[in-house]
Amino acid sequence: MVRLKIDGRELETAQGNTILDAALEAGIDIPRLCAHPELTPSGGCRLCMVEVSGIQGMQTSCTLEARDGMEVVTVTEEIENHRKITLDGFISDHPLDCVTCDKAGACELQELAYRYDLKETSMHFELGRTLFQDDNPAFLRDHKYCILCGRCVRACSEVVGADALEYADRGFESHIATAFDRPMEESPCVFCGSCVEVCPTAALMTKSRLRKGREWELGKVRSVCTYCGVGCQMEYRTRQVLDAQGKSKTEIVSVNGFPEAPANGVFLCTKGRYGWDYIAKPDRLDMPLIRKDLAFELGITREAWELPGDSPLKVKDARDNFVPVSWDQALDVVADRLAKTVKENGPDSVGGLASARCSNEDNYTFQKLMRSEFGTNNVDHCARLCHASTVAGLAKAFGSGAMTNSIGEVRHADCIFITGSNTSEAHPVIGYEVTRALRKGASLIVVDPRRIPLARKATIHLQAKSGTDIWVFQGMMRVIRDEKLADEEFIKTRTEGFELFASGLEDVTVEEAARVAGVDAEDIRRAARIYAGGIRQEGVSKYGEGRGRSTILYSMGITQRSNGTELVLTLANLAMMCGMIGKESSGVNPLRGQGNVQGACDLGALPNVLPGYQAVTDDALRTTVEKKWGGATIPNKPGLTIVEMMRAAESGDIKAMFIMGENPMISDPNITHVEHSLRTLPFLVVADIFLTETAQLAHVVLPARAALEKVGTFTNTERRVQLSRQVVAAPGEAREDWRIVSEIGKRVAKILGHTDTRWDFRDSADVAEEISLVSPIYGGIVHERLPGDGLNWPCPDKNHPGTPILHVGQFKRGKGAFTPVTPKGPAEMPDEEYPFYLGTGRMLYHYHTGTMSRRTEVLHWKQPKAYVEIHEDDAAEMGIADGKPVVVESRRGSIRAAARVGTTVQRGMVFIPFHFREAAANLLTQDENLDPTAKIPELKVCAVKVTNPAAKKKVAVAS
Amino acid sequence: MAVETRTTLPDELCEFILEWKHRPGNLIMILHRVQQHYKYLPEPVVDEVARLADLSLAQIYGVATFYNFFNLTPPGKHRIAVCMGTACYLKGAPALTEELSTTLKVGVNEVTEDKQFSLLEVRCVGCCGLAPAVLVDEDLYGKLTPEKVQEMLDNYQEGA
Ligand code: SF4
Ligand code: SF4
Ligand code: SF4
Ligand code: FES
Ligand code: FES
Repeated sequence: MVRLKIDGRELETAQGNTILDAALEAGIDIPRLCAHPELTPSGGCRLCMVEVSGIQGMQTSCTLEARDGMEVVTVTEEIENHRKITLDGFISDHPLDCVTCDKAGACELQELAYRYDLKETSMHFELGRTLFQDDNPAFLRDHKYCILCGRCVRACSEVVGADALEYADRGFESHIATAFDRPMEESPCVFCGSCVEVCPTAALMTKSRLRKGREWELGKVRSVCTYCGVGCQMEYRTRQVLDAQGKSKTEIVSVNGFPEAPANGVFLCTKGRYGWDYIAKPDRLDMPLIRKDLAFELGITREAWELPGDSPLKVKDARDNFVPVSWDQALDVVADRLAKTVKENGPDSVGGLASARCSNEDNYTFQKLMRSEFGTNNVDHCARLCHASTVAGLAKAFGSGAMTNSIGEVRHADCIFITGSNTSEAHPVIGYEVTRALRKGASLIVVDPRRIPLARKATIHLQAKSGTDIWVFQGMMRVIRDEKLADEEFIKTRTEGFELFASGLEDVTVEEAARVAGVDAEDIRRAARIYAGGIRQEGVSKYGEGRGRSTILYSMGITQRSNGTELVLTLANLAMMCGMIGKESSGVNPLRGQGNVQGACDLGALPNVLPGYQAVTDDALRTTVEKKWGGATIPNKPGLTIVEMMRAAESGDIKAMFIMGENPMISDPNITHVEHSLRTLPFLVVADIFLTETAQLAHVVLPARAALEKVGTFTNTERRVQLSRQVVAAPGEAREDWRIVSEIGKRVAKILGHTDTRWDFRDSADVAEEISLVSPIYGGIVHERLPGDGLNWPCPDKNHPGTPILHVGQFKRGKGAFTPVTPKGPAEMPDEEYPFYLGTGRMLYHYHTGTMSRRTEVLHWKQPKAYVEIHEDDAAEMGIADGKPVVVESRRGSIRAAARVGTTVQRGMVFIPFHFREAAANLLTQDENLDPTAKIPELKVCAVKVTNPAAKKKVAVAS
Repeated sequence: MAVETRTTLPDELCEFILEWKHRPGNLIMILHRVQQHYKYLPEPVVDEVARLADLSLAQIYGVATFYNFFNLTPPGKHRIAVCMGTACYLKGAPALTEELSTTLKVGVNEVTEDKQFSLLEVRCVGCCGLAPAVLVDEDLYGKLTPEKVQEMLDNYQEGA
């Protein structure tokens, strides 16, 4: 702590803070325009001048570090005069049209002009910057309002890392520009709106907000983004409008960040900031629907229906296959059919898919329905397809399968090790944290077959060939062992099984590892040394002598593999070997994909565990839950996983399925197979917000509410349970999923005579109460504790503050367990016929199956169609030009999309994002080679051939 | 280090860029070298430079527009530099700029339509004794007056 005096007051502030920081903490509001709490100071506007004892002249308080014993004066006549003149300069070429300006009330220049009572300027310059750029649907750039504070430039480069903006020209010509003043779209801008967020004036404005009301007229609702596992908090700006019936309703006008948001501060990514307008699309489901053939059968109407077309994807207006019915009609049919299926064919003839896009309350009630009413553990969700191997692997090594640290700790790491995660696209705000850490001198090691955006900034990028990363990890551990870089003390006191594991390292030499992976052995050695020592760019740890802090971030590139669990175990081995776990900014951090994938797993939407990871096979735990559920009988053996359920549906073992908020017709491997399975089902019910590709196959479709239309909790990737609030009303009769599930539960309970299971929840807070009783790690998590930052589980009781860092002092399972792993390649390798590796994954602008993101203006504008990334040399050999179509074919299917030619992928590899139904990557992927432990399919690697449809003869070229 | 990607730049430039890629202060050095090669910084070349050197294109643009030294448009065949140092300024350099600008129909930092001349204003060129001074390429014209401007230009007029 530093002690200093400001305006006569004795103050304390943290080491490294500036005088401005210290003053603001104490409520002393020094005028400023270029400084921003989240950005490095630039000292450009010269408004924040103060006098400091012992220093001649006025100083910029935003750049001067506070030191012990300083005596600072923030207001003197001279200072105030200086500020007034400076401000006069700022407004001298500023259009003072506050009366119509959309920024009024939130404009920092206006605020200061008011404070200094400057009605007009005394200088009268001609407006220098007149450029007005309306080149994208997200925001406007109106340079006449720009005061050249440079906040936008700093936000874009320091935080976002996009480097789209810079000061250009000089003197009167000086302005903020993209390179060559090109339109935003042709710049590296990622449309995150961070520049808009920090701009003090109306120079950068969100378009959707213009002319919709002044700052003080707009409503503000704090809520949580559910587009990805970061779980950013944001503030929705709303206004009241009249609907067609003349009733007042709330409409969203924009999304803003706010400084107190725990994971993200004021920053968001493009999906969070601009991806909300899907909720008001006319094709939202607003009534329950029953397929015409079933309606006819049930005698719901006598009209002769036209039966569904051949493939649902080909039907022009899929809604024509359904008739709208009342909730009671729909729920009765669903309850009847499901109950009948159980009665006739046994509990395991029913299966259910919950959803990582639904709230904790939704998922909890869903798995409760499956288990307590139907008596089956056949419940799973798409986490199977993303992080099942994390849950299995980390639980085995540490005792708990989640991120060991919080997101904010990434910023303070000395070395960041990223593998199998395209962080800046899939978890953009964590990408910002990495960018900030790099700026402060952290080193970055990337192991990934693609040259992802962060790889360009990496200290070392080990571009291992698809499916060979495990050799790199083994090679690194070999180096750590041979060069005695391991943390002996940690291994001795905190872990077990090291000897056996270490002897296994003998099997692979560094040279061999390098050869298999196609990387430089020396790079493996350097990476090993940097990681093991937590060594920063300039070669030293921030924490003096000793070991620095290294943290591992990984995602689906590791988990979606036929040896995914072993890969996760390998990363755990690596971290334990170097003692890089169980402390701040140092751990093993799986980045979970969808908004609530962590929560869906936590709440037991998995076939082998009850809420809170209580194994169904554990008699004591199971019976406790059974009691809490009014004496239900939960089977003691795990149910089927997603892919197994699809197979069982095809073979007829599963006869009815309930799918809540999932779209396996796009998201699951080998879609042709999925479609066949779902079509074979005698009864399928889907609850969703749109008539998705999967819902089109259903017998009954139930309209659900989007996250913005309900209250619920979502658990982000750092285990933080956050409360999402209702922002707008739901369309028509759409209901919360937990309510839909409870209504079905009530009816089924009646039919099957289960009288003691509780389904009469008042609201989602009531459901959360029950969760806190059933799931010990959520024991203290109830809605009234959540406004604000939320709570990180484990949080066993109502007085517990939550647990941001796991495994401090002791692993959850006691000692950390080393597991020897033998490196193994992907199951399906390229061969003569299918010579390319295919990788699939996400891209920045879309979310999962595109159901939401593709219905938003900005995201759809930015990325309207699918593409195939291919290396420029491969493309050249086949005569494929950038933007021209290519055909990619695997043993399971074929798709056609535009080529994106470049050097992001290696030779011999193609990459396809999976969000686009018209070129669905999962027509190509495989569902055969499952990870033996986690049953996760190998979505990341399969073999394909690539052809140029424009070429006369088919040519296929391998690397 | 080998070039890992296809590029349209000549080998010597590529080598220079890759050599400087990871060194501090690389941006100015690389731009200098590129301008030396092309006489200015052609837009597609700058794109390529940013890609090869993993530099921010916006930053390059910022630097290239900040320093007068860098040109983003092709310079004229001949470079006319009017000295604006104190001595020349006082002895009438502004009138020279004005005369040149009217005769050639071109503004400062611009290129004539026939691409023959670029007109620049520069700092003291070190011949204050001959003020006001103008440099055309390497040729120095001292004690120049507006009346003698046309005569000076004739020396460079093609075919004249
Ligand atoms: S929207 Fe984001 S990426 Fe684009 S210029 Fe602004 S800060 Fe940079
Ligand atoms: S656009 Fe806004 S943030 Fe950027 S320099 Fe201008 S006033 Fe500052
Ligand atoms: S990073 Fe994730 S949670 Fe944050 S705004 Fe983007 S999509 Fe939403
Ligand atoms: S706020 Fe300190 S100089 Fe602008
Ligand atoms: S001032 Fe012109 S040559 Fe010195």
